[in-house]
Amino acid sequence: MENKQTPLGYVSFSVFAWIVGLLIFFPIFWMVLTSFKTELEAVSIPPSFISFDWTLENYVEVQERSNYFKFAMNSVILAVGSTLVGLVFAVTCAWAMAFNPTKRTKDALLWMLSTKMMPPVGVLVPIYLLFRDWGLLDTRFGLIMVLFLMNLPIMVWMLYTYFKEIPTDILEAARMDGATLPKEIIFVLLPMAVPGIASTMLLNIILAWNEAFWTLNLTTSDAAPLTAFIASYSSPEGLFWAKLSAASTLAVAPILVIGWFSQKQLVRGLTFGAVK
Amino acid sequence: MKRVMGAALCALLAGGIAHANAETKLTIATVNNGDMIRMQKLTDDFTSKNPDISLEWVTLEENTLRQRVTTDIATKGGQYDVMTIGTYEVPIWAEKGWLAPLDNLGSDYDVDDLMPAIRSAVSNDGQLYAAPFYGESSMMMYRTDLFEAAGIEINGRLTWDQTLEIAKKLHKPDEGVYGICLRGKAGWGENMALISTMGNAYGARWFDEEWKPTFDGEAWKNALDMYTNILGNYGPPGATSNGFNENLSLFNSGKCGMWIDATVAASFVTNPKESKVADKVGFTEAPCAVTCTGANWLWAWNLGIPMGSQKVEAAQKFISWATSKDYLELVASKEGWANVPPGTRMSLYENPKYLEAAPFADETLLAIDSADPINSTLEPKPYVGVQFAAIPEFQGIGTTVGQQFSAALAGQMSVEQALSAAQSSTDRTMRKAGYY
Repeated sequence: MENKQTPLGYVSFSVFAWIVGLLIFFPIFWMVLTSFKTELEAVSIPPSFISFDWTLENYVEVQERSNYFKFAMNSVILAVGSTLVGLVFAVTCAWAMAFNPTKRTKDALLWMLSTKMMPPVGVLVPIYLLFRDWGLLDTRFGLIMVLFLMNLPIMVWMLYTYFKEIPTDILEAARMDGATLPKEIIFVLLPMAVPGIASTMLLNIILAWNEAFWTLNLTTSDAAPLTAFIASYSSPEGLFWAKLSAASTLAVAPILVIGWFSQKQLVRGLTFGAVK
Repeated sequence: MKRVMGAALCALLAGGIAHANAETKLTIATVNNGDMIRMQKLTDDFTSKNPDISLEWVTLEENTLRQRVTTDIATKGGQYDVMTIGTYEVPIWAEKGWLAPLDNLGSDYDVDDLMPAIRSAVSNDGQLYAAPFYGESSMMMYRTDLFEAAGIEINGRLTWDQTLEIAKKLHKPDEGVYGICLRGKAGWGENMALISTMGNAYGARWFDEEWKPTFDGEAWKNALDMYTNILGNYGPPGATSNGFNENLSLFNSGKCGMWIDATVAASFVTNPKESKVADKVGFTEAPCAVTCTGANWLWAWNLGIPMGSQKVEAAQKFISWATSKDYLELVASKEGWANVPPGTRMSLYENPKYLEAAPFADETLLAIDSADPINSTLEPKPYVGVQFAAIPEFQGIGTTVGQQFSAALAGQMSVEQALSAAQSSTDRTMRKAGYY
């Protein structure tokens, strides 16, 4: 049945979508706006909207106090590193589950996901002790391992869903033509699952970028990413909103830009199947 | 020629390696506040005097810092060489043997110049386990112009009943002015800091001598009745979300007739860059009720060294520098006397330059001097601390009780119900912990 939309329906749907979009974007907009205010203006009631003395002093102070690029570089390394390592394991795992399922595959998938339901603080002390004994505290390698393991269930689930939509016949045809297992995965499966892999990677990068519990608890200075950078600008005594907003704007800017440019792939990967 | 260059290169490399070996890197965990940030900016002074020591700062928000350093010290993680800790942690950690004693701060450190109340709060059996960087008590800040317009004069220390009457007179929500601003946000370091001092003033205590909670007594009821009445009826709307910063914003925008909070707020409310009422603020001691004992709190941020640190000598050198009299002079020379960290050294309050720059100095000194973490309640108590009990269970207990009292303020339960809930939850925790 053809879906006919009336002009009124189209307009009201667009207006509704814009309202929802603006509502979601408003906190980010307000954060950017606050970063250009003085501390006094940032907390003034009623809040000033556009008509205030715009200042860059918060950005100057943040630059003076912290080495932004060191934190940003750590964030990039941790997010990309944990995603790449995760991908190697998740692709092979999802392949096995999607194309060679056993009667326990569904249970295994559910069990993997259930590990995400435990509050991270529950395993803080054991993980901290392991890190201490293995000399991994405040190292990028240690944190990449934690972030990769933390996001692995989601990566496996997403890839499993995409792989399930790829017809097994195509893989069988490749095998008939003499493709070995690695060749089958690399040259046949992966090219067909590119949208799914891209959206899995993007989502994982965003999750790793925003992760604040482990990155704060397992780092001090050498491996500290942007979450630690932001955490250093919150204060229980004294005005800090403007400086915190400037630090937060700097911290989210890279991921915001990446998300902006890759939104088409992200939305496509999240809403469509692998071969549609 | 090649040989000479090779030898020179070797010498350079060897020198570099020797230098790298000689340099001790101290990692310092610190809280984000103005005084600590100022210290970071003055790092060069320390490193120029101690070229063999370099400093790495890790600045964190208070709650994150507390969680981070507690995990590290409890597991002997060894991530930090110097930790910024509060007066709550020092006695507990010293008792557990987690902190290295500060017994080598140098001959010119003048430990006797530390304020007795603060020194006692960071010592265990007379031994210093942390050095205070800045200290604070609580006091009342009020709008002199509104007091004058309402014909109110302060003669001597106010009682909570008198404070209530003043709040009634000043409360004009239609004009955007609320009688009084107090902490309402739930938490052991938030609303419970204030309510504990109110409890002390009404003759209450957290635990009796057998560690049993005392929320079923009349004193706590009187204190909580007053708190919910004065803040609920003559405070700003939505007071249950207000902590220090929210009240600071309200006061600085001219919306509070009175505000009882940390003495450190005095420098913010009198700073014309931050406050619209900078020249209209008066200071007086926190109100009493049946007693003035424990009516104002005591808190200090201190620098301590985790036990087992391999860099104790360098860490003590740093702590000695950061908490010395010379450091106060250094801050004054760079940023002015009004910006030196307050509340730790008696000599600061005898310094005419400081007294001139800080109009709130006398009241701050009076408040800190009168706060005694050992004798802070009318009846004897088994714990150390004015607005907290320095036992490991207190953070959890304080926050739970704070939530119940906050619910009473919001009208979700009555004062009696909140006290009863506080009594049973605290009793359960103390029993489980094996206190009785």
